[in-house]
Amino acid sequence: MSETNGNSKSKLHGLWALTNRELKKWYKAPIIFVLSIIQPILWMGMLGKAMNIGAIFSGTQITFPQINPPLTPQQLLQLSQFFGKLQSNLMQSAFSTTDYFSFMSVGMISFTALFTTMFSGMSVVWDRRLGFLNKALSTPVSRAVIVFSKVLSAALRSMFQAGIIIVIAVAFGLQFGANFTPVNILGVFAIMFLICMGLSSLFITITIRSTRIETPMAVVNLINLPLMFASNAFFPTKFMPDWLQTIAKFNPLTYTTDAVRQLLIFSTDYAQLALDFVYVGIFGVVVATVGIVLSWRFLSK
Amino acid sequence: MSEEIIKAEGLTKVFNKHLTAVDHVSFSVKKGEIFGFLGPNGAGKTTTINMLITVLKPTEGKASILDFEIAKQDNNVRNVIGVVPQEYTADEDLTGIENVLLCADLYGIPRNIARERALDLLKLVELTDFKDKRVQTYSGGMRRRLELACGLINRPKVLFLDEPTLGLDVQTRAATWDYIKKLKKEFAMTLFMTTHYLEEADALCDRIAIIDHGKIVVVGRPEELKHSLGGDLITLAIKENEDVSELIQKVEHVKEVRKEDGAYRIKAAVGEITAPFIIEALRKKGYTVTRLSMTEPTLNEVYLEYTGKSMRDAEESRENVVTRRMAMRRARQ
Repeated sequence: MSETNGNSKSKLHGLWALTNRELKKWYKAPIIFVLSIIQPILWMGMLGKAMNIGAIFSGTQITFPQINPPLTPQQLLQLSQFFGKLQSNLMQSAFSTTDYFSFMSVGMISFTALFTTMFSGMSVVWDRRLGFLNKALSTPVSRAVIVFSKVLSAALRSMFQAGIIIVIAVAFGLQFGANFTPVNILGVFAIMFLICMGLSSLFITITIRSTRIETPMAVVNLINLPLMFASNAFFPTKFMPDWLQTIAKFNPLTYTTDAVRQLLIFSTDYAQLALDFVYVGIFGVVVATVGIVLSWRFLSK
Repeated sequence: MSEEIIKAEGLTKVFNKHLTAVDHVSFSVKKGEIFGFLGPNGAGKTTTINMLITVLKPTEGKASILDFEIAKQDNNVRNVIGVVPQEYTADEDLTGIENVLLCADLYGIPRNIARERALDLLKLVELTDFKDKRVQTYSGGMRRRLELACGLINRPKVLFLDEPTLGLDVQTRAATWDYIKKLKKEFAMTLFMTTHYLEEADALCDRIAIIDHGKIVVVGRPEELKHSLGGDLITLAIKENEDVSELIQKVEHVKEVRKEDGAYRIKAAVGEITAPFIIEALRKKGYTVTRLSMTEPTLNEVYLEYTGKSMRDAEESRENVVTRRMAMRRARQ
């Protein structure tokens, strides 16, 4: 009893305890931990290396049709150089980088944010079903803290995975942009934190009322892939049809991915980067606030 | 501090505007007693507990714990109560001690104090040897004891136990009762518990309230309630094949006679005194008594009397069956 003093301190205490509970489930289970590292490697391997978009444009792969009169070796070399140049120009204009793998592996980072945060909704449902939620509600820990601990743990996990992805991508040949400095990595963590805060709150708000695990699964399946593909994570939006471009324009993942690319692989456009941060920041803060207020009201019904 | 630790007046909870789970329930729990809510699944026991532990807001009525209003001073209430929920809420991926420390953190108890208390509590519930094992490996009884330890980490004045032995086998149940009694003595707490096991209410509770369809039908000490039925139950059989119900009925102090399976079930105020008179009356008419036994009424008879149905026949709500099945599945592992 009488631990009522030091209210703000105990709030942080509870927040960290609940966040750590979520994180422990992850880092204390070696299999889950290893899988969460293998997953991005697989995706990068599949999408980045298997879909070798750069090779399509590569002149060296093409045998030129016979032309009459036959080309001289001199002309053939020129032609081959022409196509080589054309390829890198095409890549540059489409992906703003000459290497699709670099483009894609960075897209993986926002992909991770999406797929890590979706579990925060499910874990609320689990806690409800196992009775843990009611137990936590009967303790002095604030309702907002209960919700925010889920958000925070999802954000921390995503940030960790983003770090792993960068390391792996570099090992597999990621080409950093012209004005990349290690400080930019911190920027990546910052944008990850913001997007995860928003997405995680979104998923929690959607699922907080449900008592069955199937509901968040269905919701997540419905939302995730469209969000993923209506963004620039794997493919530049400028080649999408207009209606899809409109969706992508509002999709916070587009801005997240762009921010990460600006920071890591593009020659940074600071105005664009600022816009990305503002957009994702507003999304994160607004959705988190709305989500936490709604969940709080629902939990203290 | 008043002697009445828990006071409830007209406590009501209506779900979705038409489903009345708890219907104007009023009762009070005195300092140091174990008060039990006895009723079938779906009677409104858990909903009542959830209102008292500030998880649900009452639709109507009010209640207070140690003079703190549950609706208005919920944080004060939360600080003085401990809760042992129906489910196994301990995290399976964490160890026993990690779970207890997690609960301590939720109360904002500083780490050094928390660790000391956690070790003491784990010793008390005899889990010291398993404290660093993951809860996944615990048996049902061990999990129940761990929940008890978690519920006591903030040194509560009032402990709430929701179906404390749900899904446990008979031996483990009896052992759990012993722990509960021991803890109550150790910490001088007031206990509020719900159960749908008659034996449990009888063995543990100082006073019980029988609840049915969200309403309290009767409150009293188990002994009192049993005596209020009007005495003991005499079962007797005779050699002859005739119906002697009317003859027995005429004996002094006999309240009710029923013939069941060739034997007579007789309700009498004081069995020890009435039984000889019955034998005497039968012998006078030339009947031979072949068998006679005497039992004190159980809570099942009390339950039957006040709700009009046997505890075992009472219908179970679907949701409760599901949660119970889940709890039992986990208990069995």
